[in-house]
Amino acid sequence: MLYAVLAGFAGAGIAPLAHRALGRASGWVLAAIPLALTLYFASFLPAVSAGEVIRWSRAWVPSLGVVLSFELDGLGLIFALLISGIGTLIVVYAGGYLAGDPKLGRLYALLLAFMASMLGLVLSANLILLFVFWELTSITSYLLIGHKHESEKARKAALQALLVTVTGGLALLAGLLLLGIAGDSFDLPLLVARRDLIAAHPLYPAIVLLVAAGAFTKSAQMPLHFWLPGAMEAPTPVSAYLHSATMVKAGVFLLARLAPLLAGSVLWYGLLVGFGTLTMVVSAFLATQQTDLKRVLAYTTVSALGTLTMLIGLGTPAALKAAVVLVGAHALYKAALFMVAGIVDHKTGTRDILRLSGLRTALPITTVGAGLAALSAGGLVPFSGFLAKETTYAALIEFPWLLAASVLANAFGMLVALVVGWRIFTGESQVIPDDPGPVPVALWQGPLLLGIAGLLLGVFGWMGEGIVAHAASDMAGQRVPVKLALWQGFEFEALLALGLSVFTLLLGLAFYKAHGLLLRLATSLDWLYQRGPYRLFDLGLAAFVSLAKWQTQILQHGYLRYYILTVVVTLLPIGVLLAAPGSPVWPVTFGPVGLFETALVAVVLASTAFVMSTDSRMAAVAGLGGVGYGVALLYLSYGAPDLALTQFAIETLSVVIFVLVLYRLPEFRVLTTRAQRLRDAVIATSAGAVMTLLVLAAQSQSGASRVSGFFAEQSVPAAMGRNVVNVILVDFRSLDTLGEVVVLVVAALGVFALLKLRPEGEAH
Amino acid sequence: MDTLLAVLIGALYAAGLYLMMRRSIVRLIFGLVILGHAVNLLIFAAGRLTRAHPPIVPEGAAALVPPYADPLPQALILTAIVIGFGLQAFALVLFRQAHRVSGAEDLDAMRTTDSH
Repeated sequence: MLYAVLAGFAGAGIAPLAHRALGRASGWVLAAIPLALTLYFASFLPAVSAGEVIRWSRAWVPSLGVVLSFELDGLGLIFALLISGIGTLIVVYAGGYLAGDPKLGRLYALLLAFMASMLGLVLSANLILLFVFWELTSITSYLLIGHKHESEKARKAALQALLVTVTGGLALLAGLLLLGIAGDSFDLPLLVARRDLIAAHPLYPAIVLLVAAGAFTKSAQMPLHFWLPGAMEAPTPVSAYLHSATMVKAGVFLLARLAPLLAGSVLWYGLLVGFGTLTMVVSAFLATQQTDLKRVLAYTTVSALGTLTMLIGLGTPAALKAAVVLVGAHALYKAALFMVAGIVDHKTGTRDILRLSGLRTALPITTVGAGLAALSAGGLVPFSGFLAKETTYAALIEFPWLLAASVLANAFGMLVALVVGWRIFTGESQVIPDDPGPVPVALWQGPLLLGIAGLLLGVFGWMGEGIVAHAASDMAGQRVPVKLALWQGFEFEALLALGLSVFTLLLGLAFYKAHGLLLRLATSLDWLYQRGPYRLFDLGLAAFVSLAKWQTQILQHGYLRYYILTVVVTLLPIGVLLAAPGSPVWPVTFGPVGLFETALVAVVLASTAFVMSTDSRMAAVAGLGGVGYGVALLYLSYGAPDLALTQFAIETLSVVIFVLVLYRLPEFRVLTTRAQRLRDAVIATSAGAVMTLLVLAAQSQSGASRVSGFFAEQSVPAAMGRNVVNVILVDFRSLDTLGEVVVLVVAALGVFALLKLRPEGEAH
Repeated sequence: MDTLLAVLIGALYAAGLYLMMRRSIVRLIFGLVILGHAVNLLIFAAGRLTRAHPPIVPEGAAALVPPYADPLPQALILTAIVIGFGLQAFALVLFRQAHRVSGAEDLDAMRTTDSH
């Protein structure tokens, strides 16, 4: 199964090369990858429908509990089939849609990479693995929306989608980690077994909130929905695949996956049902306010996602069953309608529904595909959309308010179906300016096949009963009986649902008659739409950038001395700890004081004071020399002749270099005020005091270092050297010394280059 | 005696940091040099201080005989002295060049990278 997931990534690697080699036929050839995956997953249908779960796992990062663990159950298989099946059609469609686009190879690669990420997401049985694939879908989505990267609008839409979804992703990561802590595992089946433990855990509310935040951003729940209509800047194959059929369902999928773990609380119920219902109704209405074909479809997608969220939130067996059916039916008809929108755009150069009409003569086969998909979208007998709507109504019978909301949303959906499947194809035939040739097979195959699939799944719905039952049962945690038939019998619920369907149809027709009125309403409500959540997002983003600029200006001011000051002041609190009573510093004893050393210390201190106070640069260099020689003599007196020798040599060289360079450096000048000098003196003195305390504390702790004994013993037998310090440098730690030599060489080269460098305009 | 050394180290730190907080380029470099001495002495004094017994194995002996000065900090400081010298030389030349190009003698005038 790992190879099935990775096949898409491998395909992404070869796609650009294959496209270069194959030219126009590349779409048909590359579609073999998703097609093979479709067949592979379809081969599991009988087993999974019978209730089996296929597992595959291998350790990845065992120390962190991250396991490459995949699981093919009912829900996973339905999604996997949709992803690979629609992916096949989309790859072919993209080949026709973007024929001649120089970036087509890249688009194939991204589409296949996305497909693999999405498959990984729906098949993961490990929370961390799931999250990795989740983020991969966000990133591929970002790159695909920004396909036309020359266009600023596309870049902005891509960035917006990325920011919204990865912010949600961040929340999700936190939620999943907390879930892992609460359940003490990242393994999904294991967590399901520990659901009572999780429900009683104090972290439970935080987990639900964070997971819901992740799912809501990805599945475009209001008020975070705005990135999805924006994402319509993407080329239509991308919109059809990612932003209607698959990726946007990832959030819903996540909720469905975690429902057995998290469902059952008021919080979960309230969040999902509340936001889901709001999204369902409001965005269905907003769909009627648009005139751009793709944006109309985008808002109905948001509405369907709201319905799914609501159904999962309800969590009754009937609602979960309806959710599964709706996922399948919606993916089929919505992808088809998007592809139709793409063909129309391609042929006429416009997506404005008010300017389109009579396309049936120019686009006969497309009209058939669009008609089939629209009938399914409108929920008419005998299409799969009808099954979805019936099961939804049946599930909502106990909740009259939700039922009413759902009828309203579906009636708006009916209006949209009529516009997309009827209005633009009928009426006066229109001159097609762009491209009078026939629509290539690559373009019309998608909508036609999906339209037929929507019809067949409606008529032969009973064939899917097993897998739907499996998926719904997993989510509900109990056996859910599923009967999928166009005629449900004479029971009260069935008849009521059927009656509501008829009512929805009539209401939809009424809305269609009033479409002109609705669009006029859109014009008068425009001021409100201009102030939608996306505006808030823009303002928030701008404010964030300003904040970043402001704090950068505060922190990165460019004054070297204030950087040093900040570091030193940060150090000072350590001194408080060291000086506190009971710290190892106390009591301070002076012990025996040697005359020679005391004299040396006095020399060093006096030289330092001289360096600080003199006005002459040359005198200061002499003072520095005094400090250096004094320190060298201190080394000598404490049994470190090597250090003393080195220090003498270096000190001599330093003084020579200083003298050589010094006359080219500016003279001392007093540039600061007296108050500033006083402040710096206080801070520097405090820092010095801290260091003194630090040394005292270290001395009170010190014994011989543990490694020193080793050097003391091994120096002669192992390295044949009597000067232990030298042996350490050239033998035991010779690699360090080599590094030191390299540093010196680099510094010397730097000095040489700087000396050779002459400023512009200066004569050689 | 160790305490006296600790006081000296503190004083060198204070002097080094004070000089580095000046606006004058030359004082900054002087501060850097003094700070280098302070750091080396810190490593030296943080170990065990032993007077007049360098870590050299006498002829005929197979290992060091206590008391001996700890060889490890000495090895570290030896490296530090040499590296410090490299840094000092590089800084000196760099500032000389920066002064030559920009004409500035005040560090506050060197805040931006892209103007002369």
